[in-house]
Amino acid sequence: MSYPSDFKYAKSHEWIKPDGKSATIGITNYAQESLGDIVFVDLPKVGSELTAGKSFGSVESVKAVSDLYAPVSGTVTAVNDELAKSPANINKDAHGAWMLKIQVKNADELKSLLSGVDYEKFVAEEGGH
Amino acid sequence: MSAVETTSPAVRKTALNPVHRQMGAKMVDFNGWEMPVEYPAAGGIIAEHNAVRTGVGIFDVSHMGDIRLQGPQALNAVQHISMNDASRLAIGQAQYSALLYPQGTFVDDVIVHRLAEDEYLLVINAGTREKDFNWVREHTRHFDCKTQNLSDDFTQIAIQGPKGVDLLQKLTNANLGAVKFYWVTRGTVCGFKDILIARTGYTAEDGFEIYIPADEQTSAMVWNKILEAGKEFGVLPCGLGARNTLRLEGKLPLYGHEISDTINVWEAGLDRFCKMDKPEFIGREALEKAKAGGLKKMLIGLEMIERGIARDGYKVLDDGGREIGYVTSGSYAPFLKKNIALVYVPPEFSTIGSSVKVEIRGQGVKAQVVPTPFYKRPKK
Repeated sequence: MSYPSDFKYAKSHEWIKPDGKSATIGITNYAQESLGDIVFVDLPKVGSELTAGKSFGSVESVKAVSDLYAPVSGTVTAVNDELAKSPANINKDAHGAWMLKIQVKNADELKSLLSGVDYEKFVAEEGGH
Repeated sequence: MSAVETTSPAVRKTALNPVHRQMGAKMVDFNGWEMPVEYPAAGGIIAEHNAVRTGVGIFDVSHMGDIRLQGPQALNAVQHISMNDASRLAIGQAQYSALLYPQGTFVDDVIVHRLAEDEYLLVINAGTREKDFNWVREHTRHFDCKTQNLSDDFTQIAIQGPKGVDLLQKLTNANLGAVKFYWVTRGTVCGFKDILIARTGYTAEDGFEIYIPADEQTSAMVWNKILEAGKEFGVLPCGLGARNTLRLEGKLPLYGHEISDTINVWEAGLDRFCKMDKPEFIGREALEKAKAGGLKKMLIGLEMIERGIARDGYKVLDDGGREIGYVTSGSYAPFLKKNIALVYVPPEFSTIGSSVKVEIRGQGVKAQVVPTPFYKRPKK
């Protein structure tokens, strides 16, 4: 599995795709594989404030509950409501099934995130394979 | 996101462990056993669950334990340590039962098989193997019968689902059509003679559990032959994840969740497996008193109305937000496509159709009391 190079990655397994002052957020393919069949997502409303490193919602598979952490701080401008009805879309295409669009508060926060190459190395070590 | 499973060096493995790994199973530590939770390459939990409901799935359940009681007083011993009435068992018949503490709470739940005139086999849970065996040995000492721990002697494979009978029949000379639910037979399976075949399971579906020699080579050979023979029925290998959601839909209790050393038989709603007309068994006296004292909590089923999944250990609240109980098992139910839960609450909250709340991440989420089991297999 390749990790797109125009995305940045958090060690808590969220991806973020910056686009000027806004950005799109989702969870990584490694995350969906670890979780298994995803059956529920809980996302914040438009207008909510995200703080880097803090939980903004959750994702649940049949077996596991996992918090979602904000890769950077910002304000939610759009939510992918389709995921509430079809959470399995994340399993099918984790890097396409976006969760939130945000207005980024401080672009400097993006610098502390991993590149695709580094994230791939990171999960190879974490997963032990 | 953070959920990486680690295994301790003392972890135990079944003979099929290499086969699971080869099939790309996701392995987890389950009560000290490294077991497959799901086989992502074969479809994952939801596909595995639905294969069992509509076709057939197979499970490695070798981590389950087995205790044999044999001798002139084997029946007396079984009667003393278990709550169901084993005197009703014909040779070749099995029953669901439980080992109880003197307080009327659970040592474990068991399936009691009567294999011969004076021979019984107790199938017990993985996490309670040693505790159960010690308990059984200690409390059957004064009977003229031999107590043996056969837990490591078998690879136990469960073949579950409406197509299970057709699948297994391809591999055995035993006439499976003549074996009723909760009866056992013996036959040649995949060339191995005198294999114990029980029409039992933990999926709320028809199915069989077979007990084959525990060496790796035999185990792998039988497992692979079953998968091969099952192709025409769409068989899937199934892990503990599907096993748990299947048993939850069928309201089959899990030790440490619906039953434990602090929950008694009446609370768990297992009255029909507890024969109080038996003059004596461990726990009987306490249960008599508990019955007279009335129930303080009982096990009921919930279906979530608002968005959210109740999980093990979450609090149950009344409409006003007051804590009234707790969730013992909760999940998305893959066949019913609903979010369901088993919970303990005081009896006054058990009315079907009434609503309660489950506290999920600090929020009271609405749920409705529904009849159980959530799923009942269609009658043929």
